[in-house]
Amino acid sequence: MSVAVVVFPGTNCEHDIVHALDLIGVETELVWHTETDLSGADGVVLPGGFAHGDYLRTGAIARFSPVMSEIDRLAALGAPILGICNGFQILCEAGLLPGALVANRDLKFICRHIHVRVESTDSILTNRAEVGQVLRIPLNSYEGNYIAEAIDDVENADLVVARYSNPDGSIDKQGNPNGSTNAIAAITNERRNVAAIMPHPERAAESILGSSDGMVMIESFAASVTAPLSA
Amino acid sequence: MTHRFRITIERKPGLSDPEGATTRKALIDLGFEDVEHVSFGRIVSVTIHASDEATARSSVDEMCEKLLANPVMETYTVESES
Repeated sequence: MSVAVVVFPGTNCEHDIVHALDLIGVETELVWHTETDLSGADGVVLPGGFAHGDYLRTGAIARFSPVMSEIDRLAALGAPILGICNGFQILCEAGLLPGALVANRDLKFICRHIHVRVESTDSILTNRAEVGQVLRIPLNSYEGNYIAEAIDDVENADLVVARYSNPDGSIDKQGNPNGSTNAIAAITNERRNVAAIMPHPERAAESILGSSDGMVMIESFAASVTAPLSA
Repeated sequence: MTHRFRITIERKPGLSDPEGATTRKALIDLGFEDVEHVSFGRIVSVTIHASDEATARSSVDEMCEKLLANPVMETYTVESES
């Protein structure tokens, strides 16, 4: 199996996810955003960064990079597609996930460890985790505030994969660093083969980084790549 | 022929707008207690070659739908400046 890690001009977290996947023996290939053939990939990661300088809106220009039509195609086939941080913004702009990400509630760039609580294990990001599990992973974003006009549809379809929480798993304003609607930190699509998370599990994938809590998400993604959903 | 358009893109009402909310609070702190709502948007100017204004405007509408505005969270209006 091989995972394509897409690099746009301005992407800067590609080596983090490559390293995290390498720790568990998953083969990866860095793919430039002009690539038009991902037929050798069993899964795709859109990593964090500032694709195309975040000009216009985060993810707005990246959404039209040539590689995105291949990602649309793979997503339609049921291949696992994971977005992290800027990758989340791109997948929303591309319409592969519902909603959008806007400036943080307090208009500050947030770069610190936060906690998320796993809400559903039916996703490529959490199939090895447990509902209610609290993970301490770093958040590193300005436009991390999740909004959706049809938030009830997102909730009713059980698309919320993880929410920002306090260390004990409780959810309130204090535990929600960026003001995301319903404290949403990660979502999936209805088919459950596309998922994205705003904080960075790949930067909490080994204890030397201060937390290895994110590894369960990396392992979940790897498991979904090994056993892709049926087309 | 060249046509110039001014596109105003705004956050849909009811969706979270942290810039607007924070600025409204600052205005109230400054003594403008009656400020009910503040929201931010962006202005985009586009100059385009087209045979007539209707053709140009139709292109600009398509640009807004595809790229310049995000229909998930924004609305837009187009004014001719030709």
